[in-house]
Formats: sequence, C-alpha cells, structure tokens
Amino acid sequence: MSRTIKKYWPIFVAPTMAAFMIGFVIPFFYGIFLSFCKFTTVVDWKPVGLQNYTRIFFVNGKLDTTFLHSLWYTALFAVVTLVIINVVAFAIALALTKAIRGTNLFRTAFFLPNLIGGIVLSYVWLMIFNSALAKYSMTIVSTQWTAFWGLVLVVSWQQIGYMMIIYIAGLQAIPEDVMEAAEIDGATAWQKLWKVTIPMMMPSITVCTFLALTNGFKLFDQNLALTGGNPGKMSQLLALNIYDTMYGTTGWQGVGQAKAVIFFILVAALALLQNRLTRSKEVQQ
Amino acid sequence: MKQTKAKPSSGRTLKHSGFLTAIFAIISLTWISPLLIVLLNSFKRKAYIFKNPFGISTASIFDGFEKWMAGISKTFVGFLNYSNAIKKTDFWHSFGYSLFITVGSVLLIVICCSMCAWFITRVQTWWTKLIYVFCLFSMVVPFQMVMFTLSKFANMLHLSNPVGILVVYLGFGAGLAVFMFCGFVKSIPVEIEEAAMIDGCNPLQAYFLVVFPIMKPTVITVAILDAMWVWNDYLLPSLVLNVNKYRTIPIAVQYLKQSHGQIDWGAMMAVLVLAILPIIIFYIAAQKYIIKGVAAGAVKG
Repeated sequence: MSRTIKKYWPIFVAPTMAAFMIGFVIPFFYGIFLSFCKFTTVVDWKPVGLQNYTRIFFVNGKLDTTFLHSLWYTALFAVVTLVIINVVAFAIALALTKAIRGTNLFRTAFFLPNLIGGIVLSYVWLMIFNSALAKYSMTIVSTQWTAFWGLVLVVSWQQIGYMMIIYIAGLQAIPEDVMEAAEIDGATAWQKLWKVTIPMMMPSITVCTFLALTNGFKLFDQNLALTGGNPGKMSQLLALNIYDTMYGTTGWQGVGQAKAVIFFILVAALALLQNRLTRSKEVQQ
Repeated sequence: MKQTKAKPSSGRTLKHSGFLTAIFAIISLTWISPLLIVLLNSFKRKAYIFKNPFGISTASIFDGFEKWMAGISKTFVGFLNYSNAIKKTDFWHSFGYSLFITVGSVLLIVICCSMCAWFITRVQTWWTKLIYVFCLFSMVVPFQMVMFTLSKFANMLHLSNPVGILVVYLGFGAGLAVFMFCGFVKSIPVEIEEAAMIDGCNPLQAYFLVVFPIMKPTVITVAILDAMWVWNDYLLPSLVLNVNKYRTIPIAVQYLKQSHGQIDWGAMMAVLVLAILPIIIFYIAAQKYIIKGVAAGAVKG
C-alpha cells in the first residue's frame, strides 16, 4: 500500500515542504551563514569570520556589557516568573479541583488573560501601572526594577491561567485509590500534598516549569509594548536586544544575527535538558 | 472540563464550600479587573483617564448627588474615543486582515500539515524520516533566529501581503502541527485505510473520506493553538507584511504609539476594548475546545 501512496507525494508533502523550506529551513541555515558575514540585506554579504561574535562583547577594543546585562536580566526574569507562575497556578489548580461551587466559572476567568495577545495586554497594564505610579511621580520605566516587576506581573497574570489548566488536567488524572490509601494510613493533608500529590504530578510540573522558563527567555511582545527596553536599554530582554541590534542601528545586522545564533543555542539547550528530565523524572503510574 | 465529583472524604471542604466560593468570586473578579478598568476608561474623556483612573466621576458621592452626576457628565464622553480610535487605526481594515490571515493560515496549516503527517508516517523512507526530524527540530528554534532572513526572503518572493503571509505561517507553523498530527496518525490502525483502498479508493479519497474525519480531535487542538498564535502574533506580520498598507490588530495597537512615544490614551482604551471583545466572544463560543486543546497541546509540545 505504501507504494501506491508514495506516488502521491506531490499532493501530500510538496505544499507543506515548499512552505517549510521558505518559512524555516532556508532562513535558518542562511541565518547561521550570515552570522559570519557583514551585510545589510541578504544579497550583499561579505564574509568576516568571527568578527560579529566578538563585536557582541567588544566594541572598539572596549568591553560592551549591553548583551551580558540583558543575558542575566533575562535569566533572572525567567527564573522569577517560573517560580511565581508555577506556585500560584498549582495552588489555584489544587483549590479549583476541590468541590467548590462555580469552579468552572472561576477557571474561565483565570484562563481569560491567556487568550489576549502580549501587545494588547501590555497596553492594558501600562495604563494601570502608570496611573497607579503617578502618585509617586514615577512611571513603569523609571528604573530597571520597576520595569522588571511590571513585566513579571504582566507575564504572570497572562500565564498562570494556562499552567493552571495543565495542572488541573494532571490533578484529575491522579487515581483516587492512591489518595484513599494515604488517608487510611493516617496521612495529614500536608503529608498527602508532599508525599502523594506532588510526586504524582512530577510530569506536569516538569512540563510547566520548562514552558515557563522558555517563555521567559523568548519573551518579546510584552517587553516591546510595556517598557520598550527603557530606561536606556536596561530592561531589554534577550529577544528585544536582538531585535534592537538588528533593526535599531545600520551596520549591526551581522552582530544581531550572531546574537540570534547564541540565543538559539541557549533555547535549544533548555529544550534538550527538559527532554532529559521529563524522561527520567516520570513516576510510574 | 469535567466537573470533579465531591470525594467521600471531602466532607470538610464541602462544609466550607460557600465560603470558598465567595473568596474565589472575589479573587477572580480582581483577576479580570484590569479588563473592566479599561472598559470603564474607554468611555472617559482623555484628560480624566490618568487623573482618576478607577473612578467614574470627578466628585465624590458624598459631595451630594447633583455634584456627583455633574462630575460623571464631565468625565463621560460616550463613544467619542471609539470613533476616534476606529478612524486613527483604520480598525475595521485591521480586523479584516487579522481575521483573514488567522482563518486562512489555520485552514492551510490544518489541511496541508495533516496530509503531510499522514504521508510521512505511512511511507517510511530516509527522506520522510528526515522531514520528521526537521519538524521536531524547528520547534526549538526561536523566531529571532530566522526573522531577518525570513522577512527578506518573503519580500523577495512577493509574500508581503495578506495572502503571501499565509505561506510564511504554514512554513513556520509546520513543525508543531506535523509533529502533533504524526502522534495521532500512529494510533490509527492502518487496516482501516487498507480496507478503503481495496474497496477502490485512491490515496486521496482514502485520506479525505476515512483518515481526516478520524483526526478531528487533533485537528481541533492544532486549529485552536494556531489560531491563538496567529491572531495575537505581532513580530512576524510586522516584519513580513508591508505595514504601511496592511496592519493586523496587534500592529495597529502598537502603531497607535507614535515614534516619539506619545499615546492618545482615549483612543488606546477604545481600541483595546475592540481588540479584546472578539477574543471574549470566541472564548465563550468555543470554551470547551479551547481548554481541551490547551491541555492536550501542552502535554505534547
């Protein structure tokens, strides 16, 4: 049968593959190639070796800390949002799987912000932040830390509902007899949470942890709309820093592309790590 | 979402159920209050949005009812912000582009990627395996990695318009979609298709009459995930499309902020409400599928 199907490849695979080539494969490899070139468009490239990579850190022989700053700022942001999002989402999921009247309505409300895009959400919060901070004659971009916590709040608000849905699905999959056994053995509610629920939830926890982590690393829209990287470039997360390097100053496209390659390696490494952990940590059910 | 049944042992929680319901009602109202504040402010005169963001009147109710009413009429502008916003952002065009691009790319992704996934699962050769590996690989590549080259190629190929961008979305969205469809195709018994082909179907008929209907749950999941992605996407369309001509809703919102950072907050409030409203309507209509799709998509992705 597979032989008859095989003749139909122009209909079944060709359209997707043509688009995949244009939309991913060629831009990806060409992007790696261009990170070793000086260019302003895709046709006027000139190979320069590793110069773009060294220009990320050294400009005219002097150390430039912009990229390093945005690297640790992003890492800190990703870790802080990871903790807040997962702890709050888990707590809400625990509460909403209990027999509370109206639990479906509450789930709907918590999930709602997730459907609205980063740009629109950021302007909603920009208005609220700036009118609340106006009393102290500040704005969201007064310091890099107001910007930081503003971003943390917006992103947590957006993603907690999403993670909550995943945790609820996980909690509902825990077999009841395990819980009953723990209860008969005289476990307290606290012990049940730490010794039964959380170990059983390890697969969901791993998924959500890494989702939050990679989302934090890849964040762009909220950063652009809420702070625009201000003050100075102090609140630029990696994605915005790359965008700014590429489109903000002419002649720096190569450096931007080199930063993008580093960014890609970082995100890919996180994904690989997740894959490892998901496989090793899963509890046999 | 399935309603959890009260477990026999949770008598204690049940006793407090009314109390917990009240607490959660307050928490969830607070949770969505930013959206309500925007709705409220969209009817206010520009000058009062930052002066008095959370109130509806310039005077307190304790100053007397008439003063309070006068204060309301001072802040209230009716639909002025809305007409301004629609004019400034050319909102209905943006809405049209967003709708067209979202519906078009979701349809294209669902049909093309499911066909591709079925083919590469059923025909096992070196190149179908390579396609699968590349699709997996593309899921870990952030958009910044390809944004420059992709937008320049799209320009060169004349894809900088609402129809052309569908191809770009199909290409960049193919990885996740093919991966998810492949997972499902593996669970379909091959005998069903063989029976259809022995009965005289060609592969195309076998696919669309037999296989595609079975894939419905995954089709819905992929459609929901991609619709959420495309509708809210900002960076890709702002780089690929000719933004002077075609602005999707997120681009229109972002461009309300002028180059020197000035924002007409009255129009902004109104356009935010207009941008959020269709999402809420869609959410209410398809809630069941959205939540299922998210739960299924997250576990696989």
